[in-house]
Amino acid sequence: MKNPISGLNKIFDNRIRLGVMSVLIVNEEISFNDLKAMLEVTDGNLATHLVSLEENGFIKVHKGFIGRKTNTTYSITKLGDREFKNHVRVLEGMIKGIK
Amino acid sequence: MYSENKPTQALEEIKQMMHRSSRFVSLSGWSGIAAGICALVAAWIAHQKISQYTLENSTNYNDMQGAYIFKDGQLLLANQLLIIGILTFIVAFFFAFLFTWFRSRKTGIPVWGFTARKVIINIAVPMLVGALLIWRITDLGVYGLVAPACLLFYGLALINASKFTLSEVRYLGYLQLLLGVINLWAMSYGLYFWAAGFGVLHILYGIVMWNKYERNEKSVV
Repeated sequence: MKNPISGLNKIFDNRIRLGVMSVLIVNEEISFNDLKAMLEVTDGNLATHLVSLEENGFIKVHKGFIGRKTNTTYSITKLGDREFKNHVRVLEGMIKGIK
Repeated sequence: MYSENKPTQALEEIKQMMHRSSRFVSLSGWSGIAAGICALVAAWIAHQKISQYTLENSTNYNDMQGAYIFKDGQLLLANQLLIIGILTFIVAFFFAFLFTWFRSRKTGIPVWGFTARKVIINIAVPMLVGALLIWRITDLGVYGLVAPACLLFYGLALINASKFTLSEVRYLGYLQLLLGVINLWAMSYGLYFWAAGFGVLHILYGIVMWNKYERNEKSVV
């Protein structure tokens, strides 16, 4: 029998990365600052997790400007969308397994 | 590795984050109740002004000067009603904001964020267009269209913004539209429709929402 846990993506074990993905799946595009406020994390902490999500190809980074200030926004990639939905499905499956 | 041990908790957090990040959820039922009370008080004052005006004008209706007073008086009344309207909007908005702010302090969800901005923009666009139309309507002296226009554009604004806040706001929007449409064919009862839409419906909405979401809400602070 296949171990149900094997379907879980290790990247999403971290709750900040999980939070980022949850926000991005329902919002087309979101800025760094809005993400920070929603997840209630520090700059550095959030940045590290965003880099790892980007390196895995789950999110896209767009660097823009509002006047002279940088405005970095993030959006989900097709791969990220698929992987995250799969992750949620596995979690749901585990709950059904327990019941 | 919490997600391996507690899939239920992980799913709950995902759900919460999706909901919180896409919708403005702090809107308090008390905001609706307060705005409704403001509207009812305003409608009552406006009613007094209008009856006072009709009373005064029926007394000197026959002499020539009366005709002039009538014209000036009508303009004066329209201006007074406009001022009442603007003041009501400011006071109602203030109280609506206040109660929502209290609630967001209680639940620990920041009130001014990305979702609040979306709600404001989606309400502001139809409301501003509506305000311009009402301005033109009063210029042309078709005062009977003011109340239906208020209700119709407010209803559209609510439906437009409901995508980014509690979905029940949509039903409030539909009811406002319904009142506005009926009012189009009963223009002399504008003030009553206005009071029903902005007063009674807001209060009912507020009570329903408070009962549904806030009655058992625990404070996180």
